[in-house]
Amino acid sequence: MSEPATSAPFSDDGFSPAAISKALYLLAVVLFVTTPLIATVLGGFKSLGELRTNPFGLPSVWEWSNYTDILLSRRYWQLLGNSFVIATLTVVLTLIAAAMAAFVFAHLHFFGRDMLLNYLTMGLLFPAATAILPMFIKVRDLGLLDSYLGVVLPQVAFALAMSILLLRRFFKDLPTELLEAALVDGCSYPKFFRYVTLPLSRPILATVGTITFVHSWNSYLIPLVMLNSDSLYPWPLGIMVYQGEYSTEWHLILAFITLTILPTVLLFLVAQKHIVAGLTAGAVKG
Amino acid sequence: MAALAGRRGADIGKLSTILLFLPPALLLFTLFVVLPVGEAAWYSGFNWNGFGSPTNWIGLDNYRFVFDNRAFGTAFKNNLLIIVVSLVIQLPLALSLAIILADRFRGAVVLRMVFFLPYILAEIATGLIFSFVYDGDYGLLAAIYKSFGAQAPHLLASPQTAFAAILVVVVWKYFGFHMMLFIAALQSLDRSMLEAARIDGASRWQSLRYVVIPALSPTIRLSAFFAIVGSLQLFDLVMPLTRGGPSDSSHTMVSFLYTFGITRMRVGFGSAVGVILFLICVVFAFTYKRWIMRDE
Repeated sequence: MSEPATSAPFSDDGFSPAAISKALYLLAVVLFVTTPLIATVLGGFKSLGELRTNPFGLPSVWEWSNYTDILLSRRYWQLLGNSFVIATLTVVLTLIAAAMAAFVFAHLHFFGRDMLLNYLTMGLLFPAATAILPMFIKVRDLGLLDSYLGVVLPQVAFALAMSILLLRRFFKDLPTELLEAALVDGCSYPKFFRYVTLPLSRPILATVGTITFVHSWNSYLIPLVMLNSDSLYPWPLGIMVYQGEYSTEWHLILAFITLTILPTVLLFLVAQKHIVAGLTAGAVKG
Repeated sequence: MAALAGRRGADIGKLSTILLFLPPALLLFTLFVVLPVGEAAWYSGFNWNGFGSPTNWIGLDNYRFVFDNRAFGTAFKNNLLIIVVSLVIQLPLALSLAIILADRFRGAVVLRMVFFLPYILAEIATGLIFSFVYDGDYGLLAAIYKSFGAQAPHLLASPQTAFAAILVVVVWKYFGFHMMLFIAALQSLDRSMLEAARIDGASRWQSLRYVVIPALSPTIRLSAFFAIVGSLQLFDLVMPLTRGGPSDSSHTMVSFLYTFGITRMRVGFGSAVGVILFLICVVFAFTYKRWIMRDE
């Protein structure tokens, strides 16, 4: 309630030496973080010659065509489209499978329940890379190699553990009287799930959905192993190919990088609450 | 009777709900996570290129090949280096920034978001941005050197400096995440303790040292846990920066697995690396939870 007064032990007013050194420290970190990002965005506006002589400053001539050529290319939109399809499918399947499982773990008691929950959350203990070769062979044997699903299903499988934990915690905190009353009135569990639990859980579904989306949008190893065709590549694979083709034409590569991270930054601005809450709360529960 | 029938009806409803709701998650998880881990252990006993079925059983030889491989030793050392840098540089950086930014002052929220931004950028994009920063001809670092009239180094092209350059990127990318963990913990801290310390005449430094830091100890241990787990999976950042080179000096265990196991389709060898990584992760997670985070 009385935040300002109680936070006094750490706040300095005015221009004490402590306040100044704190400000300088923050400034140094801000420069460390933002300089590479700003130079990347600006570099995309320069000619290669100017990039070489003036990598930090504003461009003397703004080369808008670096950006517009990419924005008007089929390639850029195909890469983003592939990433979008893969991430969206991953989010939808993860939310469906995880919410149903979390509902059971939150509300139903049965023999072996804790064991099953422990089994499912084992996925938090090791990275996907440990089993990537057998996973590749499994996807190949299922005939899913070089398809969206071949990327989506393994990603869902690895997203389940954290999603189930976050959803279960939220479901458990919903008032149990609701469920008891509904059951007395003859409502079935699946109906309760569909018409009460899910609508009440929009905030947590949004959080889990957003972090699953960001993870899938940024992912590299699984698509790298499962996909062969350029036409299916999500953007992290596509940008590596692009960089290979334009190796030293850094002005074009920088413009391409800027345009591919733009959607992530926009999503962050729109959904920062969900992203920060999901990533840190998820972490704390892990 | 009616009550009994009702109860049985409820039990059937419960059972059918379980049978309807659990299989999708169980099936996906078993098929794409658990089975592959088991199969990795099985495949690691074969010399196999992934086609046909594995027949050439060579026992534990693949593990011997892994441990005899100098690049694997380097990769393992590099993973340890990431852990050291995370604990010695990144963690104090994140903690100190969190202590400053947990206060409410104008701009604090914006700064938090700026520092968190690198964490949500893709590793691939981050790696490419820094391969520009480090580029000996066009890069930012080169420009700084040139402005002093010095010859710009090609950091990523030298086995002595390549991995150190990657370590800087690791700190750049991940400190914001740890900072957010600490800010969340600081904001749920019991403010009355601080107030009491202040009334007792504790200086700002003393209340930090004796009240805040001890109260944050669970979060510090958690942050260290994530830094270590994250180090063991690091892969995406390495690829755009160095691909593990030059002369295999900058591999992590996962990029080693990718380069020597997957791109050459040496399924047995790659699976052996996977099993080693798996064992390290699981043993670490259990020991850490048991010994270091046992209070929670």
